[in-house]
Amino acid sequence: MLNEFFKDQLWLGVAQAAVTVVLAVAVTLVGRWWKIHLEKEVGIALVRGIVQIVIVALVLVVLLKGPELVAVPVLIGMIITASVIAGRRVKGIAGSIWVSFYGIGFGAGLVILLMVLVGVIDAALTSVIPVGSMLIANSMNTCAQALERFASDLRSHTGQVEAGLALGAAPDECVKPYTQSAVHSSLIPRIDQLSSLGIVWIPGLMSGMLVAGADPVYAAVYQFAVITMMFASSGLTSVVSVLLVQRRVFSPAQQLLLRPGNSVPSVKKGRAA
Amino acid sequence: MVILETVHLGREVDTKKLVNDISIQVERGETLSIVGPSGAGKSSFLRLLNRLDEPTTGTLLLNGTDYKTISPRDLRRRIGMVLQAPYLFPGTVADNLRFGPLQQGKELEDTRLRHLLTQVGLDGYADRDISRLSGGEAQRVSLARTLANSPEVLLLDEPTSALDRTAEGEVEKLLGEIIAAEGLTCLIITHNPAQALRLSKRSMLLEAGQLVKIGPVEEIVHA
Ligand SMILES: Nc1ncnc2c1ncn2[C@@H]1O[C@H](COP(=O)(O)OP(=O)(O)OP(=O)(O)O)[C@@H](O)[C@H]1O
Ligand SMILES: [Mg+2]
Repeated sequence: MLNEFFKDQLWLGVAQAAVTVVLAVAVTLVGRWWKIHLEKEVGIALVRGIVQIVIVALVLVVLLKGPELVAVPVLIGMIITASVIAGRRVKGIAGSIWVSFYGIGFGAGLVILLMVLVGVIDAALTSVIPVGSMLIANSMNTCAQALERFASDLRSHTGQVEAGLALGAAPDECVKPYTQSAVHSSLIPRIDQLSSLGIVWIPGLMSGMLVAGADPVYAAVYQFAVITMMFASSGLTSVVSVLLVQRRVFSPAQQLLLRPGNSVPSVKKGRAA
Repeated sequence: MVILETVHLGREVDTKKLVNDISIQVERGETLSIVGPSGAGKSSFLRLLNRLDEPTTGTLLLNGTDYKTISPRDLRRRIGMVLQAPYLFPGTVADNLRFGPLQQGKELEDTRLRHLLTQVGLDGYADRDISRLSGGEAQRVSLARTLANSPEVLLLDEPTSALDRTAEGEVEKLLGEIIAAEGLTCLIITHNPAQALRLSKRSMLLEAGQLVKIGPVEEIVHA
């Protein structure tokens, strides 16, 4: 329908984006009606999202013509940004951004590097940047989810954790149930992604390859490989982030820092739970 | 003989003095009750003694040794603590009792496990899942779990206040018997004056983080 009104591709895009924004605003207003206040966050995210993706597209057009090594700073830049976004999600833990940086850097970084070396990911910029960004984005979500789950589990189980400490247990031992469930729960979406592949979800990458005339079986198998890499990089990220963060919730004298009323002040402000 | 001594012990959070410069001595084998209005800092004081919180002033001497020179894990085994709520770990009663010794790489012997259960009046409960315990039973398991570590000093933060009248009486009676039988040194927070009179000979009164008075229990609480 829209393409009848907008013959120019650019204006068509603007119209398409505008319609989706109206939809997002509607959803936000429904939330507001239930006193779930997302307006500010959604507003900022929408503006950031459109500005970023347009700038990136313009930059990529230029970059993709450059030498292959350009991928290194681009991917590192993405990892840093992803760490800041994931780290900010968890309130009340000092240095959570560093935790996500090591987690995402190790998980996504290692998988990208290995896979390029082995030849699973083509070193060409047109391949390593989109595939790499998918791995980083997935690691970012997994990291945020794992940290958030760990922090909230800990806050609701301070009694159990301190009961363990009071019995002379090591901090790692006291938080073991929560580190385990944080890693496990953060990976469930990645596993679902694998098992729903092709049935509920046909990723854009494969559709693109098919349109470009690739062998359908190869397109499918390659898509499977990408999703499997996502699982691997997310898994590493989750384990590393959780291992690092469990150190940060205790003081050097093995006292639980993440207690209600005892944590960093930023816990108190913000949205209603 | 003095087993535990606090020296200008205090804790300040955001310029609020939760515990303000408290110096007391506790004799080996004695029970000292801690009383005072809600928010007086009783729990905050007790949490400093096994270093669940870090003091901002002063320190504690355990048998004359500065507790900051003892590893926190060893200290917490030696100064055991029972909280208001039992906070048991998932599993059986026996699992909970074995937890403490296991942290020191030790196995709790079966005879000792049975003895502990007898002491808290829970004969035959070893394999019971903790989800099938009443409030009073759970609190007795929590007590036995702390005793399984063979602590030298026992800290109790209102151990019976979450229980109903009957269970409170039972747990208090068991507690008194165990303290006497084992010759334990014990610091107990209670808001129940009669309980303070029954369990302790000496008492300390806290208000707004300050030590107001310490002395014979009859001079401090009035039932
Ligand atoms: N981590 C903390 N940060 C700031 N204030 C705290 C913290 N912990 C406790 N407080 C405050 O310190 C005061 C003393 O608390 P505490 O729990 O020690 O009192 P209490 O004597 O045990 O009271 P109750 O009889 O109700 O258990 C209270 O005003 C409490 O709100
Ligand atoms: Mg208290």
